[in-house]
Amino acid sequence: MDPKELKRERLIKRIAQELPDGSLVNLGIGMPTMVANYIPKDRTILLHSENGFTGLGPAAQKGGENPSIVNAGGQPVTILPGGAFFDSAMSFAIIRGGHVDYTVLGALEVDMEGNLANYMIPGKMVPGMGGAMDLVVGAKNVIVAMEHVNKNGAPKILKKCSLPLTAKGEVDLIVTDMAFIRVTKKGLVLEEIAEGTTVEEVVKATEAPLHISGKLGTF
Amino acid sequence: MKPILTAEKAVENIKDGSSLMVSGFMGCGNAFTLIDALVNKGTKNINLITSDTAYPDVGVGRLICQCRAATLTASHIGTNPVSGQKMNCGELKVTLVPQGTLAERMRAKGAGLGGVLTPTGIGTAVEEGKQKLSLGGKDYLLELPLGADFAFIKAEVADKYGNAFLPGSTKNMAVSMAMAADYVILEAGKIVEPGELDPEKVTIPGVFISAIVQSTLPAANLQLKP
Repeated sequence: MDPKELKRERLIKRIAQELPDGSLVNLGIGMPTMVANYIPKDRTILLHSENGFTGLGPAAQKGGENPSIVNAGGQPVTILPGGAFFDSAMSFAIIRGGHVDYTVLGALEVDMEGNLANYMIPGKMVPGMGGAMDLVVGAKNVIVAMEHVNKNGAPKILKKCSLPLTAKGEVDLIVTDMAFIRVTKKGLVLEEIAEGTTVEEVVKATEAPLHISGKLGTF
Repeated sequence: MKPILTAEKAVENIKDGSSLMVSGFMGCGNAFTLIDALVNKGTKNINLITSDTAYPDVGVGRLICQCRAATLTASHIGTNPVSGQKMNCGELKVTLVPQGTLAERMRAKGAGLGGVLTPTGIGTAVEEGKQKLSLGGKDYLLELPLGADFAFIKAEVADKYGNAFLPGSTKNMAVSMAMAADYVILEAGKIVEPGELDPEKVTIPGVFISAIVQSTLPAANLQLKP
């Protein structure tokens, strides 16, 4: 596996460890979706798909796709035993009502106040917020999964987001290929660094100030 | 009993400038037969309300790609690049609404409510021009009911009273839309006699349905990887 893939796998694994047994979790499209593959074997996690079900299972086998069962990305998937189908009003009542324990989603920018920007770049990319605004406001815990810096190597963890916000002050954890950072009232706390990374490298790649935890770990 | 019409007859009264809700999520649960009939009819300047615009030339995406919509109210347009292109060149006026808010605004219309108070969108561009209320120490946006002249709903089975069963994740916006629109056209894979659809398995009660159309086109929403 190339080093970039390895780092990505490590961050996905780390997020999977964060999800407690029995929790209801919504995973965003892309990297967050892969968290499902690394849930520790002794835990049962119920996945929520915002287009209308709990018990989201793996992708459908080729030839066995059911056009009536797709995930939030429109891909044919399966529903596991113990799952339930419902309509959008119910699905978002589950989300907004605080019944989803964790949501994991990507970010364009996140800042020291827990603000998140992940749904548009004005004039460039305007796909719409889909269910992201409801998820970030409604889920009990919001985990951002992303690369620590953007394609040009610039920090994505900022003092203040410059892009339009998805939600204000809702992010709880930021997990990147370099660091595990908790958003607290006093600011961002660096709790863990990725294997092969130094604190100096993390600080340099982060625009927002970081408090370094006294019990700094690695993942 | 509800009238059982051909697709052509059912969409006859949809005129240029009508507002239309189309249920479905990334094409899953789109009423393909009704959309096809509307595209063939040539109606233009539709005020389209839908969860997303699916993919180019798939289901509701065809109404965008064939220039049938003047305005679009949706939560996500990213999977159909044509929506974005038309928005950027000013050909299509797009209003993006958080998905949960969209469902709830339509439900409010159908349920006779004056609006909904939601925390979604506080501190974002979504709150612009909206009334904000602080209740119990928490801020909410007042989101107003959303109705339409017509709605397209897809069911697997419908009885002649319009009671409908929608399988799997095809339910999505269908229940809210059926409640919110004035004239609701139900496309059904199978139309059965009253009593043949178990009342326990009804997703949408027939009271919301105006007419029923036999589906003739298969679901074509799956984007299968080669």
